[in-house]
Amino acid sequence: MLGASLAVASPQNLNMFNPVSPAATPIRDLFFLVFGVIGLIFLITEGALILSIFKFRSTGKETKEPPQMYGSNPIELAWTVVPVLIVFVLFLVTTRSIYSLDMQEPPEGALRVKATGHQWWWEFEYEDLGITTAGELHVPKGVPVFVELRSADVIHSFWVPRLAGKIDCIPNRENHMWFQADEIGTWYGQCAEFCGTQHAKMLIRVISEDKKDFDSWATNQLLPAVEVPTPMNGKDTFLSLACVNCHTVQGVTHQGGFGPDLTHLMSRDTIASGAAENTPENLTKWLLNPNSIKDGCLMPNMMLTEKQVASLVEFLTTLK
Amino acid sequence: MTTAPYNPLSSKLHDWVTTVDHKKLGVMYIVSGLFYLIVAGCEALMMRWQLAIPDNSVLSPDTFNAFFTMHGTTMIFLVGMPILLGAANYFIPLMIGARDMAFPRLNAFGFWLFFFGALLLYFSFLGGQGLSGEPGAPDVGWFAYAPLTSTTFSPGSATDYWIISLFVAGMGSIMTAVNLVTTILTMRCEGMTLMKMPIFAWMMLVDALLILIALPTLTAIQIMLLLDRQFGAHFFDAQAGADPMIWQHLFWFFGHPEVYILILPGFAFVSEVTPVFSRKVLFGYSLMVAATVSIGFIALGVWAHHMFATGLSPAVLSYFAGATFIIGVPTGMKIFNWIATMWGGHIRFETPMLFATGFISMFVIGGLTGIMLAIVPMDWQLSDTYFVVGHFHFVLFGGLLFAIFSGFFYWFPKVTGKLLNETMGKWQFWLLFVGFLLTFGPMHMSGFEGMPRRIYTYMPGRGLELWNMLASIGALVQVFGFSLFVINVIWSLRNGKLAGDDPWDAWTLEWSTTSPPPPWNYAELPSIRSRRPLWDEKHPEDPDWLYE
Repeated sequence: MLGASLAVASPQNLNMFNPVSPAATPIRDLFFLVFGVIGLIFLITEGALILSIFKFRSTGKETKEPPQMYGSNPIELAWTVVPVLIVFVLFLVTTRSIYSLDMQEPPEGALRVKATGHQWWWEFEYEDLGITTAGELHVPKGVPVFVELRSADVIHSFWVPRLAGKIDCIPNRENHMWFQADEIGTWYGQCAEFCGTQHAKMLIRVISEDKKDFDSWATNQLLPAVEVPTPMNGKDTFLSLACVNCHTVQGVTHQGGFGPDLTHLMSRDTIASGAAENTPENLTKWLLNPNSIKDGCLMPNMMLTEKQVASLVEFLTTLK
Repeated sequence: MTTAPYNPLSSKLHDWVTTVDHKKLGVMYIVSGLFYLIVAGCEALMMRWQLAIPDNSVLSPDTFNAFFTMHGTTMIFLVGMPILLGAANYFIPLMIGARDMAFPRLNAFGFWLFFFGALLLYFSFLGGQGLSGEPGAPDVGWFAYAPLTSTTFSPGSATDYWIISLFVAGMGSIMTAVNLVTTILTMRCEGMTLMKMPIFAWMMLVDALLILIALPTLTAIQIMLLLDRQFGAHFFDAQAGADPMIWQHLFWFFGHPEVYILILPGFAFVSEVTPVFSRKVLFGYSLMVAATVSIGFIALGVWAHHMFATGLSPAVLSYFAGATFIIGVPTGMKIFNWIATMWGGHIRFETPMLFATGFISMFVIGGLTGIMLAIVPMDWQLSDTYFVVGHFHFVLFGGLLFAIFSGFFYWFPKVTGKLLNETMGKWQFWLLFVGFLLTFGPMHMSGFEGMPRRIYTYMPGRGLELWNMLASIGALVQVFGFSLFVINVIWSLRNGKLAGDDPWDAWTLEWSTTSPPPPWNYAELPSIRSRRPLWDEKHPEDPDWLYE
């Protein structure tokens, strides 16, 4: 109840009482039912406790011990049977909601996405569309999204509270979950299973948009990197350094798969899995020393000169 | 012939090191436990400092990760376990009218294994290297999920320290559990049938049996993990095709019973304190025994409720949700029985009873939030958030730790012969109670706001600032409570009122001997007719055995 009153909050929040998805709303409703049940148990139990504290407090003047009560079969039976009935009802409610939220196969017309957890960023592949991106997941509004969850290294957990509950990404296993964003907006989330040094900055953004906007985003993502000649030959700098060992830029280099795909880097709002806004200043800071933004991250400090960094940033900012 | 000069200090130390006396071992367990309570408390305090404001940089990510790993590991293995084993060690022989534990030397061996295991764990701060290979303590989390613990992702030696030290300490706990079971089953005094044992002994018996079943699982998987890390085995090595879920199943097969291993002694303390301070016999003894035994059984079949978000099938999810609900029933019975014990009594609110009442009221909340977590779809939202951190601190701090303080204030006069100062005790209770609520209440809220646990920092503007600031202020309030406790213990050891044999007008056998009890406890072994032998003695006109 207190949680619900907090639900009217900024669009930034990750409050689970403010769902925008049919995968999260039933959970919110379940919360209210359960708050009712346990609230009642809470009031009865604590009420009895507080009553006995005040009613049976020793005055210090008693001369005799109080009557000794060794037990009472009817009373003890009552507080065995009643809780059994309560938990039986809760069990039925739980089972029903598990099965009703379960979705083993993607429904007709669903968007399929493969989400892969890496230390410490998210890779999103739309295999049907041929798109690979990182950190930010674009989805059309009102369409069910069926997410296959995998991990490239350790266990991660995909969680966007306003869209659905969390499910883990476990190496050598394929899990899945689903959601459907019924409003246009940006929904925040982050990795929910401790996955090492930078677990805290493994953030997720799900961006839901109109079908039209989503399609134009997807069309742009399918294009290879734009050829824009830059005065400092940023592309040559990029190709001449170790960047290519980990990063792919479609149309330029295909070797790297360890780090995020950079083909349309500038179509993202953030870098380093949400750790910083995607601005030329932050890109510069990141390239000079990734640890200054995300201490312990796996992108090495390549000891680049300021000139090399400037040239790289010039190239990266063309990747729209 | 000349004799070596008499050196009181070294001979005293020699006495403690070589002792096989259950009382001295009990005291050493409890003192070590309290020492590590302060250490792990300081680690928690550093974490609250870091999390007080968003984007704080008091601790580096790796240090923060090491602190929460060490805080959890320490609180469970170096605080909870030794205090409960120490209390059982000290009071089981006294309560069942025996002169010592069944295997005194095994008892001492168990303690020293724990002692050196603990030192080894803390040596990792100096000798270990953490996840990134930088110097530091273990930083893989207290449940050490595979494959984060593999050498690929945790290249340093800190994880090996975690494995070996807990392996050593765990062997000690298993030995002590064997000892407790044997002692309780074979060394009870004349007249003490199983159903005439103090409820404390029943709870410790079930507790020791749970240790015997659950802890070897941890020991086994730790050996497997060590083989993985040092000898290239592939039990949990995901890169060689292993399924990391095996670790989770086996770990929680230990880990969930462990929660009950920790809380059952808490129940035991409160079940002794509440009747004495309410001046009434424990309500529904047989039901309490039944509830304890059924908790012991059900605790072994609920482990996967820690794994609801790992993609288990709906049928498995439903089973584990159901089993988890069921365990709420015997737990509920106990709470109602404690309240019924207070009902109609003349309740004296001295410090032990304050803490016992605090325990009951806070444990109810921890239990109810536990029901929320058992409802699988709600767990998909709440699991691995600060809501869970709030929940289990209501169980283990508001629950277990309050029960420990209750027992500590209750039995301190028996162990030392001196009473703890009541004024300081009451201040300590209220400071801890307020500090506790302020720290762990808001964590439920930050969980609702989507804050995952184990993050070293969070972003501003996500609705988390207020709750985290409140929690950090609460932690500061607790510092005063804990400091007062330390001062009280030191002050009372020197200046405390003499306790006499039976300061609380209590009913179990330990109060019939001197404070502190003599070596071998009883000049003549007692013989009893009821669960409250001292009540029978004090009320010959209306003894318990007429009604039991």
